Amino acid sequence: MKVGLFIPCYVDQFYPKVGIATLQLLEKFGCQVSYPSKQTCCGQPMANSGYEHLTHDCNRLFINNFAEYDYIVSPSGSCVLHIKEHLHAPESETQNEGKATHIRKRIYELTEFLTDILKVENLEARFPFRVGLHQSCHGQRGLHLSQMSELVATPFSKPEQLLNMVKDVELVKLSRKDECCGFGGTFCVAEEAVSSRMGIDRIDDHVKNGTQVLTGGDMSCLMHLEGVIRRRKLPIKVMHIAEILTATE
Amino acid sequence: MTINHATAAEKFNKDFDRTTWHDETLWWVRQKRDRAAFSIPEWEKLRDTASQIKHNVLSNLDTYLVEFEKNAQKNGITVHWAADAHEHNEIILSILKKQGVTQIVKSKSMLTEECHLNPYLAENGVEVVDTDLGERIVQLADEPPSHIVLPCIHWKKEEIGVLFHKHLGTPEGCADPTLLTHAARENLREKFLTRRVAITGVNFAVAETGEFVVCTNEGNADMGAHLADVHIACMGIEKIIPQRVHLGVFLRLLARSATGQPITTYSSHFAKPRAGQEMHIVLVDNGRTTQLGREEFRNSLKCIRCGACMNTCPVYRRSGGHSYHNAVAGPIGSILAPNLDMTKNADLPFASTLCGSCSNVCPVKINIHEQLYEWRQVLTKSGHSPTAKTLGMKAMAAVLSNPSVYRLSGKMGRLALANVPFVVNNSLNPWYKQREMPEPPKESFGEWYKKNRG
Amino acid sequence: MSREKILAAVAKNKPTSTPLPQIQNFGNQYADLAEQFRSVLTTIGGEVVRVKDWEEIRAYIQTHFVGFRIITTIGELSDMAQNSWLQSDPHSLNNVGLAVLQGQFAVAENGSMWVTEAEMGQRAAPFIAESLALVVKISEIVPKMHDAYARIGSADYGFGAFIAGPSKTADIEQSLVLGAHGPKSMVAFLID
Repeated sequence: MKVGLFIPCYVDQFYPKVGIATLQLLEKFGCQVSYPSKQTCCGQPMANSGYEHLTHDCNRLFINNFAEYDYIVSPSGSCVLHIKEHLHAPESETQNEGKATHIRKRIYELTEFLTDILKVENLEARFPFRVGLHQSCHGQRGLHLSQMSELVATPFSKPEQLLNMVKDVELVKLSRKDECCGFGGTFCVAEEAVSSRMGIDRIDDHVKNGTQVLTGGDMSCLMHLEGVIRRRKLPIKVMHIAEILTATE
Repeated sequence: MTINHATAAEKFNKDFDRTTWHDETLWWVRQKRDRAAFSIPEWEKLRDTASQIKHNVLSNLDTYLVEFEKNAQKNGITVHWAADAHEHNEIILSILKKQGVTQIVKSKSMLTEECHLNPYLAENGVEVVDTDLGERIVQLADEPPSHIVLPCIHWKKEEIGVLFHKHLGTPEGCADPTLLTHAARENLREKFLTRRVAITGVNFAVAETGEFVVCTNEGNADMGAHLADVHIACMGIEKIIPQRVHLGVFLRLLARSATGQPITTYSSHFAKPRAGQEMHIVLVDNGRTTQLGREEFRNSLKCIRCGACMNTCPVYRRSGGHSYHNAVAGPIGSILAPNLDMTKNADLPFASTLCGSCSNVCPVKINIHEQLYEWRQVLTKSGHSPTAKTLGMKAMAAVLSNPSVYRLSGKMGRLALANVPFVVNNSLNPWYKQREMPEPPKESFGEWYKKNRG
Repeated sequence: MSREKILAAVAKNKPTSTPLPQIQNFGNQYADLAEQFRSVLTTIGGEVVRVKDWEEIRAYIQTHFVGFRIITTIGELSDMAQNSWLQSDPHSLNNVGLAVLQGQFAVAENGSMWVTEAEMGQRAAPFIAESLALVVKISEIVPKMHDAYARIGSADYGFGAFIAGPSKTADIEQSLVLGAHGPKSMVAFLID
């Protein structure tokens, strides 16, 4: 199958190793992966700030870059959710709405692609650490990668399912298993005080429960949490889930 | 000029330990809600049912209002209609004037908060005593409630002790919740026994029977209403439900969602005035019909005011109700308030990370976080965004729309760390206040890919 | 007229009509209704006493409410209580120590009991008394609120209430305090 690799802008710029780990994972399971070089961003930073009407050019670009693939996969629940919910052809190019629809239906966050499409059951990875999983809200509540603590429903977790395939990983049990970290796009600066406080509280939960390595499916949340960890000089390492799923330590 | 949410929240967060306490107190309520909900296997079906009933209500609201009016009148209740807050307040004042009354008791009603009834009556020489304990506390402190169900959730018991010492003469230094509560009970008992008019809110009004239901734990609505010569109940027009049998659905959801109780202590069904008593009901629009016409926001009118979205909201818990500068705070307040005044409340839909927890706890399944997103678009398009933000966003959109500009500015950006889309529109970059930025890598993924797979 | 203005605005702005959902009953998940009722009501501050007959209720009241002003609407207990209160000004009930009233039925899922004006004698009675006792037949416990409203049907009442425990508040730092404005204690007698 032909997979288009969508690497969100901030991952491209700040966390290339996350992109590399994602690529390696997909290749390992036999996907024919390409990275369209003209990609930039899903448009979410503008849209969540109230400027969805400024995302037409991003949308056009996204459609041009990804329409030809069987699947589009990305190591970010948040960006995938944005595309799933908001990608449409610009009004003047309605002939491309079919392509947009194809993308909206065929775009997957990395962990759900591994569990649901590739049906991965064995990872041959090893990572002997106490791992704390941060559920990003867009991945969890938006894409339903895990059951949500508010709902009276059967629990499940796609990222945990994968982490449990990694030898010697010990998953940390948190006091609040799916509370938002406070990143929230422009919220992280527009509401700096609350955003930082939410980040501090999330980290505190991980510290109290013995997390050695903090992971998750959304590098944006992790970037924010890593910012808090480093400012407070805490002994917690931050890694994207793709890096743990490819680890052989 | 109203202080915007971000500024008020920053002030709230100055006291780190108090913010911890506020967050944990409300999280405790969220956990109680979870335990109550998980004891009901059909919980999610109940939410679906409640949401569907409310949708039917919205789509037939005029019919149900007329039906309710007819049946309430048949029951001997006087029905009033108020187009806005001012008319609501005038109607109440006119009833009080007719009675020659200048002192009244009032149980909890968010609608009267929304209409600013207390200050209006005060200006007109009427003393209102709020009888819900939490509301009484904030009233003595000359503050509005900070939460629709837990009005003084931001107050510590020691502070309430000081307040009660001053106003109710409790012993200095007394901070025992039982003693303080019983002191308020004594004080308010005298008010119940002497006031001739009682105002209450309304949780549900039943079109089919003309009755309305008021839920309290304290019994204050009942003490007021059953001892007064005149009972005035105030309700927003969206509080109508079609049939009595629907109460079975809503009463199962309301208290469990609100406080985790299986039901409030009292669910009082007022159908007719008692012999010799007058009963009035005021049906208030105050922007509700406008909201009904906003397709993407009309579901907000399904709200039954349980407050669950506030208790679960990580932003509300860490910014306090007053930061929302609106009678209804938190996520639901943030989608209701812009309908009332876009200019004044343009900040509220942005006081959220869009995490979506609010929509999941909502007993009537209002898509709160999606409406927050939609309000952001509406407010921006209608010119309620700061110019600097618009310029920043346009610049960002220009960079992200052009792959070669993006690559170039990315290279520079990794040095300056100024191109993270989330911070690009902020010259002073508040990110750094409490967080580090990521360490810039030598090359982007795109550059690595070109070298290794290109 | 605001009435016409509001109704016209609703008519103009309301969405396309959607049907009312069927109200399901959701069945009964409780093996023992009396036990479920007891367990819920005691966790919300009420007390539940199983009794065989009126004599046991009488004995309980005589032990626990010595010297209190007692009012009741229950014929079997009328000798224990004053009988001149029904027509009096409700404010005069302020010194009532115990009101003993019949509940029509109880609800297992939430520990509440349905009482209407007919059983209250005066609407203020169950609220103004220092303590409240409600008597419900043990055979009259329904599982859930859906059953409760099926049971109420289209009954005509001026006032009715579900009452679940003594009045309470947790407004001060979420600390539960019994006895807000209504009764400080409540006992439910489940009678055979």
